Amino acid sequence: MMRRLLSVWHARNLEFLRDRATMMFTLLVPIGVIIGMGVIFGGAPRPLFKVGVLNDPVSPARHPFLQERYFQFVAESAEQAAVRAVARNQLDLLLDLRSTVPRYWVNPDSPKGYIAEKLLLQSDPRAQRAAVSGRPVRYVDWLFPGILGMNMMFSCLFGVGYVVLRYRKSGFLKRLHATPLSAFEFLSAQVLSRLGLILLVTFALYLAVGAIIHFESVGSVALLALVALLGALSMIAFGLIIAARFSSEELVGGLLNLLTWPMMLLSGIWFSLEGSPRWVQFAAGLFPLTHVLDAARAVSLDGAGMAGIAPDLAYLTVTTLLFLALGAWSFRWRIE
Amino acid sequence: MNDINKARTAREVAAGASLDAGTLAMPASPATAAAAREKGECLLEVSRLVKRYPSVTAVDGVSFRVAAGSCFGLLGPNGAGKTTTIEIMEGILRPTSGEVLYRGAPLGRRFREEAGILFQKTALQDFLTVRQTVALFRGLYAHGLDTDEVMRLCALEKLAARDNRKLSGGQLQRLLLAVALVNDPSVLFLDEPTTGLDPQARRNFWDLVHSIKAQHKTILLTTHYMDEAELLCDEIAIMDRGVIIAQGAPRTLLRQHFAEVLLELPRQEMPAHAHALPLKMMTAADRVEITTDDLDGTLRMLMDAHVPLRFLRIRPPNLEDLFLMLTGRELRA
Repeated sequence: MMRRLLSVWHARNLEFLRDRATMMFTLLVPIGVIIGMGVIFGGAPRPLFKVGVLNDPVSPARHPFLQERYFQFVAESAEQAAVRAVARNQLDLLLDLRSTVPRYWVNPDSPKGYIAEKLLLQSDPRAQRAAVSGRPVRYVDWLFPGILGMNMMFSCLFGVGYVVLRYRKSGFLKRLHATPLSAFEFLSAQVLSRLGLILLVTFALYLAVGAIIHFESVGSVALLALVALLGALSMIAFGLIIAARFSSEELVGGLLNLLTWPMMLLSGIWFSLEGSPRWVQFAAGLFPLTHVLDAARAVSLDGAGMAGIAPDLAYLTVTTLLFLALGAWSFRWRIE
Repeated sequence: MNDINKARTAREVAAGASLDAGTLAMPASPATAAAAREKGECLLEVSRLVKRYPSVTAVDGVSFRVAAGSCFGLLGPNGAGKTTTIEIMEGILRPTSGEVLYRGAPLGRRFREEAGILFQKTALQDFLTVRQTVALFRGLYAHGLDTDEVMRLCALEKLAARDNRKLSGGQLQRLLLAVALVNDPSVLFLDEPTTGLDPQARRNFWDLVHSIKAQHKTILLTTHYMDEAELLCDEIAIMDRGVIIAQGAPRTLLRQHFAEVLLELPRQEMPAHAHALPLKMMTAADRVEITTDDLDGTLRMLMDAHVPLRFLRIRPPNLEDLFLMLTGRELRA
């Protein structure tokens, strides 16, 4: 079994490495996006500010600052968590209206926080600034795991989905079916081949781009690698479900887009889902990428240990097994 | 390798045999020796095979047995059900009903280890060289021939480093045959192996198949080339519209259905009144075929009827004629 698996694994690696166009695409897209996002978000602040308010309900009548335009005010109940969200740029500013004299927290490294603070003090000069505990985080530090995760997601879903589809369409899968190779062996070889390449690319990007943007993980890099490993496995297995039986490029392309776009928007790659409707947060919680990013940010930004991200790791493990089982069960060697 | 084959391979290498020319000399492995011992025993048995699709019944109750060490041919026009039958026998397609037995048992792991398959159309993995392609498939079997040995057997050594997408039709077919031989199979399935090849490549491929036959391997071949079947097969089954319409050794079948000779005349040379002559005539698209065991008497009758004999051809009947006689249609119509 190992011999057969290794044969397919080796051949698949050769095929990937020799497909220069795909290789360049895989490497250049995330770098381009990071540079692009750096230009967009590192420059002038966006007109939209997100401000947490420790007072429920958030009513404009409660304080003149709450009537400002281009602000999103989010009700926060837990002070500690909300302050951490400020430190991580998930909130531009946190306002406490529970006492007569308003208090506020702002990330001193955040340009948006700086402007929000000026506007707050203009509308209420009495407001008192409180110290943000913990290490403040730059937006690019918060964004970096998101970009790596996004690249991983595309590589996992499209890399496996289209390759298996192409094999089926060309009849190569049919030829393999005529040998003693089992579906499980074939799928495992695909998963392992793609996993190894994704981890290598992600690690290289982590080192190279991390050095350029001076990114330093607070938590264990080994734990980050574990998150990447389980995340990649879960998303490759997700791609296998799509690749398992379909033979139409259009259908598979559509399905893959259907999966990747909600993940792009809702998994927290670009912005925090803080304050978004409950159903959005629930939907986001279903995506493997959300758990990858939550765990990666908890480790790299907050220094979380294994215990802190155990639920995310458990979710990724369970979904990997579930998706693999579904993929193997529905797998078809040939066009029906 | 026996001495004759060794000498032949060496001679062709020395002569700088063209890349499309192939020579195969199978080593006398234990599996082939066993196959030789078993010659005559039933290796594959097909019983009442039916395959229905929503709009068509591709195979409709086909039964036959393939003797070990023989070359069995499934003949018929496109759409006759040959490929469907062979793919069910290969374990690729599931029949609607009926069964296929290999060595008396349903197809299973042993069959997959011992069968070599050359599909009508096969795609290979991109970006691999010829040698890497053979090695990939060798890695999928527990037992078989050494990669280099298979390459040599199919005259692929000079192409070893070439990208498998850059092969000619004949070269690609030799690579696919090598892939089918990596496990030193007991039974080899060849589904229309020479379709699309030029005449030279076809002849080279036939040489390879003859070499495999010489090792007493069992071969199951589908083709719509009757000359190919006559040349290679010990036994044939002629299929049409999902059923077998005739089965037996090619020569026996021809003897059963035809007299000794066949006269062929261009259709336009036959006057209308000549069609009423008391002769055994078959009309094809461009010619009229007359079979007879009385050549002198038939020629006299044609001359008396003033049939022009300028383009008359007298030849022994072949399987093409048999198909025309059995179905009233030409094989490649």
